[in-house]
Amino acid sequence: MTALVDAASWVLLVFGALTCVTGGVGLHRMPDFYSRTHAGGLTDTLGATAILFGLVLQAGLTLVSVKLLMLAFLLHLTSPTATHALVKAAYSRGLKANEVEAGDGVSH
Amino acid sequence: MTRTILLSVWLALTWLLWSGRTEPLLLASGALSVAVAIFLAWRMNVIDAESEPYELGARPLVYLPWLLWEIAKANLHVARVILTPSLPVQPRLVRIRATQKTDLGRVILANSITLTPGTVTLDVRDGTLLVHALTRKSAEGLESGEMDRWVTWLEGSGEDR
Repeated sequence: MTALVDAASWVLLVFGALTCVTGGVGLHRMPDFYSRTHAGGLTDTLGATAILFGLVLQAGLTLVSVKLLMLAFLLHLTSPTATHALVKAAYSRGLKANEVEAGDGVSH
Repeated sequence: MTRTILLSVWLALTWLLWSGRTEPLLLASGALSVAVAIFLAWRMNVIDAESEPYELGARPLVYLPWLLWEIAKANLHVARVILTPSLPVQPRLVRIRATQKTDLGRVILANSITLTPGTVTLDVRDGTLLVHALTRKSAEGLESGEMDRWVTWLEGSGEDR
């Protein structure tokens, strides 16, 4: 049982780390400011959540787990607020978004 | 008054869970902290339907799992776009209607959209959201209005408050 929980925990931790790295790669690859914020969202949401839940499995039924869950909850409130503050500031200052008309780009 | 009592209970519970200590001296200092926090919140006039929206009842407990599932799906979509060598992004701005009656409802919708990778809310004006979408698929998911319907349901009857 312990080995099973440990394995699940490590799967979540590695998956979260990979998601965070993917978000970082996306930050570099995206063409413009607004698109980059989407890549940052990967690290904010699935990356952080998977790592925190992986740590919850390590901590078991303790107060530490409660704190980790509260952390996940707070992250889900603060990260969209910060992202919105960034893009709203850029939009208000007149930063244009690169738009691709429907039908352009690679569809899939 | 109901909101003040509820906020006190929440604060006390949060303090207990963060500290986990039950010595009388620490409990007393915790109670004092809660009292000071309540006093400040009352002085600043921020104990209202936006900070303590108990009218939502248990509906957030249904909405949250749905939202987390949507976020997980959107994450995989954006991750695939990032890792595809040709970087198939089709960024675009879309306007969608927000059918919520309260500011709280519109904030929840705007934040849920931003939280979902692939879509970021730029602006909220007169019941319309301006959203930047990373790909056509992200934009189409948004325009289906499913999230809007969920948040309107979450908001409930939305009587004047």
